[in-house]
Amino acid sequence: MRQVRSFFGGIYPKDVKQSTAGTPIQTLSAPETVVVPLLQHIGEEAKPVVAKGDEVLKGQLLAEADGAAGAPVHSPVSGKVLAIEPRPHPSGHSITAIVIENDGNDTWAERITHPDPVQLDAETILKRISEAGVVGMGGAGFPTAAKLTLPKGITLEYLIINGCECEPYFTTDQRLMVEYPEDIILGAKLMAKASGARKIVIAIEDNKPDAYASLKEHAGSIEIVLVPTRYPAGGEKQLIQQITGREVPSGGLPHQAGAVVQNVATARAVALAVRDGEPSIARVITVTGTPIAEPKNFLVPIGTPLADVIEATGGFTVKPGKVVVSGAMMGEAQFSLDVPITKTIGGVAAFTEEESATPDSTPCIKCARCVDVCPARLLPLKLEAFGMNERFDEAREYGALDCIECGACNYICPAKRPLLQYIRFAKLEIIARDQQPS
Amino acid sequence: MDDLKLIVSPSPHIRDTETTDKMMFGVLIALLPVLAASIYFFRWDAVRLVLLSAGAAIATEAIFQRLRKQPIRVGDGSALVTGVLLGLIVPPSLPSWMVILGAVFAIAIGKQVFGGLGQNPFNPALVGRAILSVSFAAAMTTWTAPLLDGVTAATPLLRGSANIPDLFFGTVAGSLGETSALAILLGGIYLFYKGYLDYRIPVGIFASVTILSLVAGQSVPFHLLAGSLLFGAIFMATDPVTTPITKAGRWVFGIGVGLIVMLIRIWGSYPEGVTFAILLMNAATPLINRWTRPRIYGQGVKTSE
Repeated sequence: MRQVRSFFGGIYPKDVKQSTAGTPIQTLSAPETVVVPLLQHIGEEAKPVVAKGDEVLKGQLLAEADGAAGAPVHSPVSGKVLAIEPRPHPSGHSITAIVIENDGNDTWAERITHPDPVQLDAETILKRISEAGVVGMGGAGFPTAAKLTLPKGITLEYLIINGCECEPYFTTDQRLMVEYPEDIILGAKLMAKASGARKIVIAIEDNKPDAYASLKEHAGSIEIVLVPTRYPAGGEKQLIQQITGREVPSGGLPHQAGAVVQNVATARAVALAVRDGEPSIARVITVTGTPIAEPKNFLVPIGTPLADVIEATGGFTVKPGKVVVSGAMMGEAQFSLDVPITKTIGGVAAFTEEESATPDSTPCIKCARCVDVCPARLLPLKLEAFGMNERFDEAREYGALDCIECGACNYICPAKRPLLQYIRFAKLEIIARDQQPS
Repeated sequence: MDDLKLIVSPSPHIRDTETTDKMMFGVLIALLPVLAASIYFFRWDAVRLVLLSAGAAIATEAIFQRLRKQPIRVGDGSALVTGVLLGLIVPPSLPSWMVILGAVFAIAIGKQVFGGLGQNPFNPALVGRAILSVSFAAAMTTWTAPLLDGVTAATPLLRGSANIPDLFFGTVAGSLGETSALAILLGGIYLFYKGYLDYRIPVGIFASVTILSLVAGQSVPFHLLAGSLLFGAIFMATDPVTTPITKAGRWVFGIGVGLIVMLIRIWGSYPEGVTFAILLMNAATPLINRWTRPRIYGQGVKTSE
């Protein structure tokens, strides 16, 4: 057995997964209109190749990738393009989206299938992944094909498949591992081939024995590793540290530590793309939280508004104070339930008004709990003070740019200080100053 | 669902239930065995000194917060902790007005002039005790024997020896809260269990005191149990505000305190050095923090290529 190394710091929030951990994924049919944002990945917005009034088929290309970190988007339904216009986006911005009226027929565009995709060469696999618009579904949204394409002359030791799901509340990845182990294994093999990785390791937090057992049955020679349940065990840098014992160099890329990390949902999307010719037009999400009538896991078409997925659980039993996508620790609070599910949203968590209350912060007593939990081994209390006092040079010297924004410091702070906000502020300022012509 | 007024705030969206107030009251709970022991040994003097000190500390804090146009936050328990701590580290026979003066100085000079909670470089209760020690040297070194009203006795440190079981249970002359090692240890165990105390500081102190006692050829249990050492190690040297934020720094701090205590005990003109040892290390804390910064993830690592 592989010896799992420890990562620095970490916290133990209540996992709040029990209400959906054993709930099978339920398929939601698409609503009457879907809203497909042109930006569901990092990088540039995709460029539309359809126009208002066009008839489109399910899986048809709607917009093509622009730039090196771009990704195309496809139609989750068959129907008619109603509009191409700015719409509220889960990021909080208004971003151009293609609005499609669903004809309800789910008429597929032509799909190129490969019954034995593992025989394909690396180039073809990468091309299929890229054309299918697969991006990192763990939340980062980095285009998967780009991540698997390494600089020339580099051999990758590890492809790490991330099934940790250390975000509390969500059971998306857990259900995928339980219900679709073969797809995940296939996706892992395809990605290993595409990237030239010598070894595949699938990592799962040890609070998901069902997921472990499920994958183990189909794993063959692929190594499956349980890592201790501790947030953020599934952070890219922390996972690499646990599996390889190496650290990603500051400011560097994961492959410099000999590893590339891909989420289990991404692995399944890769399998669907290469084997079945299905682009990334649907994903699994968990919809949960105290105000939610019956928390559930759904397979939902991209572009479905939050309001619809919440409705599908039976709606709110009490008035929610906050609705968050992508995670209680790292996700974004939404101002509107009209925003659509995108490729990177792993779930929706609602909080009661009481749970949403922001506590007043009190003076820092330097208890250093934030220091103890920081997985980047920063001194969050110092960085907060530097950010607050706009001492950006010192913030940089104390490693602000190495902050992974996991929020462990904020979580643990007994004085309820907005540590991460000030660190983010310092990071943004440092980056902005670097980009200014001197 | 259009009428929903949703809160938009940055992540994370969940928080631990621990608060600063709970931590302060946790320290007070940890002090209960010590309070009980001091009342048992020194009766009304213990009640008198602790109540006066606590009251004066809270009143001073409130007045200063008002003067500084800050929200009055004496309910957070921090001034109460300072007041109780000061009350427990003065001799039982200390006149009431002196302990009040000490508490006022502890909060005013030890804490508020630096900006209040979290900003003070020195442990406020020890600032109060230091000011009393240099201002009223006689009163601050007049010790009464426990359980015997008004009979003065020399502290074991002045005599240089004592019966170890007496030191452990507290039946020796000394400051109110410092005589019973047993009561202090009970409080320390509670603080450790609640996660309010980093073991590195007290263990560092005990280790360096042990080693230096051995080197000096003196009794290890005597040095560990006599005087303010145990109380200081558990309740004073672990004050988060005035001690290092790094784990390595906490070792340095603890070892430094033990070293200075032994230097003062062996060669100094004062019989006891815990107060000054901790205050000196408080002064060194910003430097210790600077020198013991942990290596940041990914910094100084080689690539695997």
